[in-house]
Amino acid sequence: MEQRTKVIAEDGKQDLLITREFELPLELLFRAYVEPEIIEQWMGTKVLKLENKKYGGYLFETTNPQGNKFRFNGTIHDFVPNQKITRTFEFENMPFGVQLEFLEFEKLAESTSKLTMHSIYQSVVHRNENLKLPFSFGINAAHNRLQEIVNHLK
Amino acid sequence: MNLRRDVFQAIADPTRRAILLLLASQSMTAGAIASNFDTARPTVSKHLQILTECELLKQEQQGREIYYHFNPEKMKEIADFIEPFRKMWNDRFNKLENIMKNQK
Repeated sequence: MEQRTKVIAEDGKQDLLITREFELPLELLFRAYVEPEIIEQWMGTKVLKLENKKYGGYLFETTNPQGNKFRFNGTIHDFVPNQKITRTFEFENMPFGVQLEFLEFEKLAESTSKLTMHSIYQSVVHRNENLKLPFSFGINAAHNRLQEIVNHLK
Repeated sequence: MNLRRDVFQAIADPTRRAILLLLASQSMTAGAIASNFDTARPTVSKHLQILTECELLKQEQQGREIYYHFNPEKMKEIADFIEPFRKMWNDRFNKLENIMKNQK
């Protein structure tokens, strides 16, 4: 079966291409990127600031189960409803720096749409650090579960 | 984690990628590998050392010579590496899709 979410990360290149086809009309897909209450739900984050316009910016904050806060921020360079968002993205205090993101929203049919996300990193090393993210989070999750079990034993 | 970091740093370098390509089809000695590059021999040795340390290459003694072999298993690990990242985004987008289906 073909994968609905694809990630293309070529060796030795400092960019990343993520594509996804949705069973959603284009307008609904786009709304998921602009309405704070909706972003909060699917990203599991708090939206502290979101200015959907050229020269605008955003700031999200996520709190993990240990109470540690993680912030994401960026500047919006271009905002065309139902078409594209060009912005920077920074996961603060992470080793992969700031990225330049090109988000393109496309209508496929009445009830289907496609998102293309092109991210450019400062270097190949920065990009690869980001690719490793789920591993470090996975390790943290395993560690937390272990901690819970240990707490139960006490 | 450290080992994985090394593998990624290993393939981030163009000379090291060229060495891997060269060794994909045949085993070679350090001297034979170095003769394919304009780079100084100690530099090539350093690259071989890094590639060997992260197990992308294996050394084999044949008589007086040490031959370098390509280790395809380790390379496969790199390809598998992207999968958790893809899955993370896939889960996130599935969530988005479900939420928006309920918005209709």
